Amino acid sequence: MVETKKLALTGAEAVANAMRQIAPDVVAAYPITPQTPIVEYFSKFVADGLVDTELIPVESEHSAMSAVVGAAAAGARAMTATSANGLALMHEIVYIAASLRLPIVMPVVNRALSGPINIHCDHSDTMAERDSGWVQFFVENAQEAYDLTLIGLKLAEHPDVQLPVMVNQDGFIISHGVEPVELLPDDMVRSFVGEREPVYSLLDVENPVTFGPLDLYDYYFEHKRQQIAAMEKVFEVFPKVVEEFEKISGRRYACVEAYRLDDAEHVMVALGSTCGTIKDVVDELREEGKKVGLLKLWMFRPFPKEQVQRYLYGRKSVVVLDRSASFGAEAPLYAEIKSALYESPTKPLIGSYIYGLGGREILPRHIRQAFEAAINGDLLADGQGYLGLRE
Amino acid sequence: MADLKKWHELPIGGVIDKPATALAYKTGSWRVMRPIWHEDKCTSCMMCWLHCPDNSIVVKGGKMTGIDYEYCKGCGVCASVCPVKAIDMEPETKFLEEAE
Amino acid sequence: MAVNLKQLAVEFEDPNKIGITSGHRLCPGCAAPMTAKMALMVAKHLGYDVVVGLATGCLEVSTTIFPYSAWSVPYIHNAFENVAATISGVETAYRALKKRGKLKREKPIKFIAFGGDGGTYDIGLQALSGAVERGHDFLYILYDNEGYMNTGNQRSGSTPPGSYTTTAPVGKKLPGKPQLKKNIVEIVAAHENVYAATATVGEPIDYMNKVEKALNFEGPSFIAVLSPCVRFWRIPNDAAVSITKLAVQSKYWPLYEVEKGVYRITKKPRSFKPIRDFLEQQGRFRALLSRPDADKVISMLQDYVDKRWERLLALEEATKDKPAR
Repeated sequence: MVETKKLALTGAEAVANAMRQIAPDVVAAYPITPQTPIVEYFSKFVADGLVDTELIPVESEHSAMSAVVGAAAAGARAMTATSANGLALMHEIVYIAASLRLPIVMPVVNRALSGPINIHCDHSDTMAERDSGWVQFFVENAQEAYDLTLIGLKLAEHPDVQLPVMVNQDGFIISHGVEPVELLPDDMVRSFVGEREPVYSLLDVENPVTFGPLDLYDYYFEHKRQQIAAMEKVFEVFPKVVEEFEKISGRRYACVEAYRLDDAEHVMVALGSTCGTIKDVVDELREEGKKVGLLKLWMFRPFPKEQVQRYLYGRKSVVVLDRSASFGAEAPLYAEIKSALYESPTKPLIGSYIYGLGGREILPRHIRQAFEAAINGDLLADGQGYLGLRE
Repeated sequence: MADLKKWHELPIGGVIDKPATALAYKTGSWRVMRPIWHEDKCTSCMMCWLHCPDNSIVVKGGKMTGIDYEYCKGCGVCASVCPVKAIDMEPETKFLEEAE
Repeated sequence: MAVNLKQLAVEFEDPNKIGITSGHRLCPGCAAPMTAKMALMVAKHLGYDVVVGLATGCLEVSTTIFPYSAWSVPYIHNAFENVAATISGVETAYRALKKRGKLKREKPIKFIAFGGDGGTYDIGLQALSGAVERGHDFLYILYDNEGYMNTGNQRSGSTPPGSYTTTAPVGKKLPGKPQLKKNIVEIVAAHENVYAATATVGEPIDYMNKVEKALNFEGPSFIAVLSPCVRFWRIPNDAAVSITKLAVQSKYWPLYEVEKGVYRITKKPRSFKPIRDFLEQQGRFRALLSRPDADKVISMLQDYVDKRWERLLALEEATKDKPAR
């Protein structure tokens, strides 16, 4: 480990710095609130000569992802970043990037998906991509956004993986909030991420390949099975990458983070920045003698079912917080957790709460309210509650 | 589907990792009309060679030498662009009868 | 270069060197592979290696049915609407990797995007405009068959009035599509720092000369190639070439180029044929021609092509030696 510097940075600036240090060959990006500062910082780095990446100032997110797919297929290390409607606009190409097995890393600054139009945080944008074949990370703060961008890159490009990675950070809350962030030295990042070694490249003119053929009923299924296998490989490769990252940074990552779970009877499960607030509430309740804890998911895709089972088996109750709704069905995180617990020998009571849609604030009292429902045995079995909604 | 590859035997990403694999797909069987080349009339102007959508006009040293029936779909473009009418189109059935 | 066919025929004696090979499944007599092969041969003859990008469409689906690829050059198909954006990413990667010394090669690579009219006039227009505006060094070749032919003949922004399509059929009441074709070359030329031209497979030397000019133009270039669909133009399998000669002779498809705003008509027929001759050769206009109001549509079209020709002559005169940039 070497000396690192701690700076007061926003999540956007932290990620832009991660991109500067990675120094991708190509970045294609289009500005959208609240991702804009990432593109702005990075453009400034390019303009000031701090990084020699070729920047493509595309005319839409659809073209951002399209250009990045082209660049990655040409063997380049290529990145973009987006939010909400921009992610929805590139939706079709998000799937194509994964199916072409291109290791593109994309910071996503989460924002509510229209309509009505709203610029603030929720997870509806990224949840719409959960079956796209991308690895999805969620971060609690700017430090994690920085770290998981670096980790994500190395994971994506691993020969056994070759999958794109989305690093989700909560819009405004993380992207625009200033926090102390420790940046690794540039050369250390360079040596951590190394050089990309593409499996196939369009620029290898002596060995011409065809990317993106028409794939009908006799082969399409087999190619999808390969994508499933690659996602399974993530569980083998990810621990090695985070171990290597811990050696240089001293910061430890895993698929999930267990917070005060050892003897916890009531466990909350959540994604993103809200986990910070939940930790505070857990501390307060612990002081009151309540056996509560938090299971935070850093990784949502592939879904770390085994780790979830390991930490949730045997608990009295599990409260799942979702920052997006699945209209007419169970909320996305809740549905996953509930499904993971189907094999559990003793079934905990599971509650589902939706919170924070369109940037609605989530306060410690809301979290306490959910924990108390769990402690008092008042969780709605098979029902859905709402935190912070006028009812 | 016995001879089709299994999922773990294929290149990743749906990539076709070799060039020109379509050469294994012989489109000559589509043909209804067959182009017949008359060498004596031909001036090797190369118009048929240039236009043929299936690269089926065989040339050597800048001269036309014949038609590759493995891929020729019998569209007749070669005959239609020929300025000296050195190619005729004949129904394939005629050749079936001859073969019999 | 001034294309020498004999020389090309020697150079590409082995057809697998062309770049697009036999074994593709385009319809017999389709003009799309002619459009592609002529461009590829010129590029290679000029000493370039080529990487191609394809928009979803006939040329794409029929040449790359897994595991069969009819391409012997590197090829990428991403989606329908984004071939220009995709190729701009490939071209940028080329510049980036060269700059960083990661790609060591002497022979320059040229990037050619192929799109049909649906992928160019309609769904891909924004990506095309963006890529041209950004000034990527690529050639976009539109193979214009005037409709969504891959999906069975639906109307596009390129379909001419009165042409029978399944989504603007000539019915008991309506005479088919009422609108004229979008003028795609003018749209692209309006980006100013671009070489834009029309061409067709029936005038191959003119087309190949334009490919050469386009490839040697520093920055984006665009060639709109009238490229008949024999199936849905309802013409004989052998007629793709002859019908496009007629398109030029009838002023339906004037051959010209616009280089940084400077117009030049590349073929001026000594005499013209009436537009009716062009329409009558094609089954797609049969329903229109049998209507009592056919003359109205035909004279509207005749009037349009006449005026457009006069306008082109005037533009050629007015823009001589006056490039926009």
